[in-house]
Amino acid sequence: MSKEWPLWEIFIRGQHGLSHRHVGSLHAPDAEMAIKNARDVYTRRNEGVSIWVVEANNISASSPSEKGPLFEPSESKIYRHPTFFDIPDEVGHM
Amino acid sequence: MYAQMIKSEATQDDPEKLAEFQKKIDDGIKVEPRDWMPEGYRKTLIRQIGQHAHSEIVGQLPEGNWITRAPTLERKMILLAKVQDEAGHGLYLYAAAETLGVSRDELTEMLLDGRMKYSSIFNYPTLNWADIGAVGWLVDGAAIMNQVPLQRTSYGPYSRAMIRICKEESFHQRQGYDIMMKMAQGTEAQKKMAQDALNRLWYPSLMMFGPSDKDSVHSTQNMAWKIKMNTNDELRQKFVDQTVPQAEYLGLTIPDENLTWNEDKGGYDFSDPDWTEFFDVLKGNGPCNADRMEARNKAWDDGAWVRDGLMAHAEKKRAAKTAAE
Amino acid sequence: MSVDKEMLTQFLLRMGDNTLILGHRVSEWCGHAPVLEEDIALANTALDLIGQTQLWLGYAAEVMKDGKTADDIAFLRDAWDFRNLLLVELPNGDFGQTLMRQFLFDAYQSILLPRLMKSTDQTIAEIAEKASKEAAYHVERSADTVVGLGDGTEESHKHMQAALDRLWPYVGEMFISDEVDAAMAAAGVAPDPASLREEYDALIGKVFAEATLTIPDSDFAHKGGRTGATHTEHLGHLLTQMQWLQRAYPGATW
Repeated sequence: MSKEWPLWEIFIRGQHGLSHRHVGSLHAPDAEMAIKNARDVYTRRNEGVSIWVVEANNISASSPSEKGPLFEPSESKIYRHPTFFDIPDEVGHM
Repeated sequence: MYAQMIKSEATQDDPEKLAEFQKKIDDGIKVEPRDWMPEGYRKTLIRQIGQHAHSEIVGQLPEGNWITRAPTLERKMILLAKVQDEAGHGLYLYAAAETLGVSRDELTEMLLDGRMKYSSIFNYPTLNWADIGAVGWLVDGAAIMNQVPLQRTSYGPYSRAMIRICKEESFHQRQGYDIMMKMAQGTEAQKKMAQDALNRLWYPSLMMFGPSDKDSVHSTQNMAWKIKMNTNDELRQKFVDQTVPQAEYLGLTIPDENLTWNEDKGGYDFSDPDWTEFFDVLKGNGPCNADRMEARNKAWDDGAWVRDGLMAHAEKKRAAKTAAE
Repeated sequence: MSVDKEMLTQFLLRMGDNTLILGHRVSEWCGHAPVLEEDIALANTALDLIGQTQLWLGYAAEVMKDGKTADDIAFLRDAWDFRNLLLVELPNGDFGQTLMRQFLFDAYQSILLPRLMKSTDQTIAEIAEKASKEAAYHVERSADTVVGLGDGTEESHKHMQAALDRLWPYVGEMFISDEVDAAMAAAGVAPDPASLREEYDALIGKVFAEATLTIPDSDFAHKGGRTGATHTEHLGHLLTQMQWLQRAYPGATW
């Protein structure tokens, strides 16, 4: 059986953020790829600027403190935002 | 939906600890990965979160089926973005599941050999462009119905994954409905496609919520543990009530002769889906089960040399770095 | 110095058809990649490329001034009117071949686009500025994967060498100059492709060395894509997928 890619915890600090926040995890063979993958997975809506990755094994914790991510809309991929689509009012909430 | 058929796991834990745990949940305090939890809680969550993740991954396939045939550059991009989101959602959910002591590879193996399931809806084919609209409108609509309450689920990582997913999901439903509007207001052929899509996907969407409460596996424990937030029938009723006006606006007919407004209950009366079909699909006899599993197994098997290659390279780099130090 | 509209259109179609056809090919991987992170990365790449397509073909439509839109250009031309490189219309092959092709193309874009940012044509300069940022990211990623797989296991190395051997004869076309290129260069709109070869060879040489891959010893270059004279058999099949709805239901709004 093949060796599984290690697990990395991802921390992102948004453009106007004060500190890095834990946004989740992903698998990658090493740190450089983890950063690139994090950019693809966790910043698709232009959410973050600074990315930290830490191999999950290297985290010592008493109890985890995880915070929600900062969201900033991406100007160019506006269809990703619900407001891009004109849904008539009669149709109800969507 | 990914929780279709999930039984509450039996638990043999200390009654005092169980009571303390239950109080924590009742007080709305989140359970985090390193907290004590009943074995049944852990097992049930692994199965539910895992199957939710699998659903996102397999869910790429029916929509991916139309990326290469998307009719405009804009639709191509929007569909690509949606499918990419689904992959991302799968990833967030696998990440949440992994906090419970299972690895993503283990979960993947269990999907590929059939020990774990994915939502029944993805065993149905997408046959015309309107299906892509209907999937966004109905399937994502049903998923949202289930996912919004799950934001308040008791397990921290699952709750946070759901919050992130819900923020992205609204775009999915709206883009689907946008397609349906274009089709329903388009040429005769397009209207026909839209009605055809609704005809085929209506009942499978209702099935997403799982069997009737009266036929459902005993889910009291899961409700108490806030792993399950609403009953199947509650959600299904809410979905129907929300969707009927949307179909009316489109000028499309929901394929249910018994669909009528019930003033007393303040909601629609509607026909049950064919539950025999539902159980058949879960058993592997849906239109696309074999195709989906074949595709996922192929991706995994064909990709082994890639995963191994990149891992080997990373190890070489690490060894070289250590040697240099 | 003003540029002949016909020539400019040809240039823009070359840029837009490359990103369109390659974006389409990459999008075929959705849901089939070796690992979830790659599914997301490939979808990202495809999205960037289709986005660039809208810009290039959108501008082409403006220049042509015959009432056509970018969508008309993409979905209603037959194969002989396409101006993409042969490289990008080839079938994906395995993951290694797909990433090798991606790297060979990304390397080219990473050199061409910064030059285009200095174009005398303001619109081209603006499109290039946006695309350039994406291309820089793409080439970093694809180069990493080529190196990772080239210098990975013996098996992954074999796949990558086979991919390089298969695709090498299609690289030369990127640098063949013709009268369209001469016109663009003379007007300061775009650089002469041949002038990019040295920098390209240096870039790919460095990456292939790190990847322990051997560049085939051959100057031969297939051609006919950029000019439209001879596309491969593959483009026709690709278009039957891509253009099906618009062709089967002409005039509909989607």
